[in-house]
Amino acid sequence: MAERRRPVDVVLVGMGLTGAILGRELTQAGLSVVGLERGVWRDTVPDFQSPGMHDELRYAVRQHLHQNPRLETYTARNTDDQEALPIRTLGSFLPGTDVGGAAVHWNGQTWRFLPSDFVAHTHNRERYGAEAVGGDLTVQDFGVTYDELEPFYDRFEYLCGIGGRAGNLNGTIRPGGNPFEGPRRRDYPNPPTAPAYAGALFANAALALGWHPFQVPSANMTAHYTNPEGMTLQPCMICGFCERFGCEHFAKSSPQTIVLPKLMESPNFELRTRAHVTRVLLDRSRSRATGVLYLDLASGREVEQPAEIVILCSFGINNVRHMLLSGIGTPYDPRTGEGTIGRNYTYQTMASVTVFYPETVHTNQFMGAGALGTAIDDFNGDNFDHAGLGFIGGAYVAAYSTGARPIEYHPVPPGTPRWGLAWKRAVRRHYNHAAGLSVHGASMATRGNHLDLDPTYVDAYGQPLLRMTFDFPENDVRMANYITARTTEIARLMGGEIVVPNDRSTPYSIVPYQTTHNTGGAVMGSDPKTSAVNRYLQSWDVPNVFVQGACAFPQNPGYNPTGTVGALAYWSAKAIREQYLKSPGPLVR
Amino acid sequence: MTSIPRRDFLHGSAVLGVGVALGSYASARPAGSEPGYVFFDRAEAAFVEAAVDRLIPPEADWPGAREAGVPSYIDRQLAGPYGEGERLYLAGPIRPGMPGQGYQLGLTPAQLYRTSLAAIGEALGQRGLDFAAAPAGEQDAFLTNLERGRLRIADFPSSIFFETLLANTIEGWFADPAYGGNRDMVSWRMVGFPGAYAAYLDLYTRHGLHFTRPPLSMMDAGPHHHGAPADPSPRGTPPARHTHP
Repeated sequence: MAERRRPVDVVLVGMGLTGAILGRELTQAGLSVVGLERGVWRDTVPDFQSPGMHDELRYAVRQHLHQNPRLETYTARNTDDQEALPIRTLGSFLPGTDVGGAAVHWNGQTWRFLPSDFVAHTHNRERYGAEAVGGDLTVQDFGVTYDELEPFYDRFEYLCGIGGRAGNLNGTIRPGGNPFEGPRRRDYPNPPTAPAYAGALFANAALALGWHPFQVPSANMTAHYTNPEGMTLQPCMICGFCERFGCEHFAKSSPQTIVLPKLMESPNFELRTRAHVTRVLLDRSRSRATGVLYLDLASGREVEQPAEIVILCSFGINNVRHMLLSGIGTPYDPRTGEGTIGRNYTYQTMASVTVFYPETVHTNQFMGAGALGTAIDDFNGDNFDHAGLGFIGGAYVAAYSTGARPIEYHPVPPGTPRWGLAWKRAVRRHYNHAAGLSVHGASMATRGNHLDLDPTYVDAYGQPLLRMTFDFPENDVRMANYITARTTEIARLMGGEIVVPNDRSTPYSIVPYQTTHNTGGAVMGSDPKTSAVNRYLQSWDVPNVFVQGACAFPQNPGYNPTGTVGALAYWSAKAIREQYLKSPGPLVR
Repeated sequence: MTSIPRRDFLHGSAVLGVGVALGSYASARPAGSEPGYVFFDRAEAAFVEAAVDRLIPPEADWPGAREAGVPSYIDRQLAGPYGEGERLYLAGPIRPGMPGQGYQLGLTPAQLYRTSLAAIGEALGQRGLDFAAAPAGEQDAFLTNLERGRLRIADFPSSIFFETLLANTIEGWFADPAYGGNRDMVSWRMVGFPGAYAAYLDLYTRHGLHFTRPPLSMMDAGPHHHGAPADPSPRGTPPARHTHP
């Protein structure tokens, strides 16, 4: 028999970025909120301090800030006719755990989606015809527009202290910014980063070809900054230990540096760590949640936390698993196309080009920061004419300098042996004389790519693992390879000796790290037949359940997701505060 | 863990060994004196020492993996949480899977090494090959066979073990010397990675700078933590002072 705790207004499942934001917004509205986090408490001091934090083996390779697959993992396969097997050691993506979640070890590349991305189905159909979004593709509109979300992007960027330069200020295109972005009401709160060497080489080459380089919007501080919550951040030291690491300097936006301490001060808020939620509890109608059931990992006891509102705030695809385990909504069936939970799982289509330089050119890529990069957006979304290309969507191209920690970073040209003296000499020769360009591409939803519960494998607590069925759609492979070819044209003007394009290989493998941009699976939309949540991230089926995170993206545009995740969290919180509380029930009928 | 318990009596010294190594590294071991192994027995150590020195061989200016301490690094890793599969999903059923599904053996790294090194020892015995004493060409040929999966180890191809050995060798070569490899930060010196010391705000815009400062290990960098920034909220710590050299 589970121990029953005192009922509260809101229970948050997961205390990462969206949990911290929702907690802050709803405690300020006077609600009593309990935050449940499966992991432990941690903070900048003492947990992220140097020199211990600058340990590539512990954090980047052994993944000590990441979800432990021994406790919880996923199974994976490319297609429905294959047998999914467990991801026994994390590889292609790295969900976070513990307080702060993945927003502790993220890079801080903080983008907005394009206005056309929010209406991807409508926009592409109108411009390129029904066949462009037909066939196997299940591309959809978000159900919310860029203009509606703009104030919430703005709010999140000011919370984070993003450094950048507006390229489109209220419709006026400004040099030095991204000229393709949607109009923004005001400039970024902080100045842009200065280009690193690789970025400068890239910018010069891109300009020569007529493209439009700018500095990537950065959640690594470019100046001292006090955010609207009164939290103070310090300038980034460009230490090169950012992605996969916590920031010792209070210089990277994370829940701990931007909002969580304010939430912790609230008498309406209680954080419980090592609280592993196993189920959202539903009443007999299965259309109302009564709270959640969790395992207190310290005592091993089962605890029931009754609540009027349940908000899923864990890593996006883990939210999908919570819905499936709890029986919220109908699981998606790829054979019939019916059901919505697990539908439209998407990823990010990554490719790259490496430039190898003469030994006289010291690229110093170890001088890095997570969002230190120079990009072009000329080939993203519908910023270029897709007529005759055979695909929709696009990618930004960026020269990033995110650090060059040598266990994982030691580029060598093709043809180099994998070990032995020739390998050793090539590593020595090329380590500090190379630069890479990332092709950061969209991931379009298809009928076959989806999430469900695995029939065989279970987690350490005995619950079925989430099963991922995914391969790169043909649309996306064509997109990535087209843009990799354009990127190679730029790379050839960057003054190197050897230019190596790395096209998007298939099938999808869970082994090499690619990106932690796992998106979709509980998507937002305006039709309950094809979306799990409405435009306010409210479950169509259980209206007192809200589902945060990138699982809401109907498909994943060619940008990093966190900017939009943050904007949607504020958008959803406002709807809860201003609409739901007045009249609890479905916000869209 | 079938083959681990016989070594349990050594685990206490494993902890001690790491502690000693962490504390005494800066004073550098005399060249050629290996620390005692915790996980490997003599035959296993002989193979691993010789093998890692072919994966990252010595040359005139730069030592190889053996002299850099990589065998000790791997030994300590296998004797610790990594060896036990601390972050490895081990539940069955165990099925072979496709390459894109990754490691599927269900063995901990310690079990993988023990099983594989036993099979390798047997295969070497059958061929009458003393691996550690063999010429480099023969060693490389044997390793290439392992790499290509030509040796069966229990019910899996030797390539799985080879890939783990290669990955662990590169880890030990490039990881902070605190872990027992990368002695004297030799790999960092070799490529020009400055190590755990890291704050380049004033340097990174000097494009193409030839940065020659010697590297620093976590053990050398010294503790200096950053207090919270000046903040009206009661976080209780004074404004930080950054004192990077």
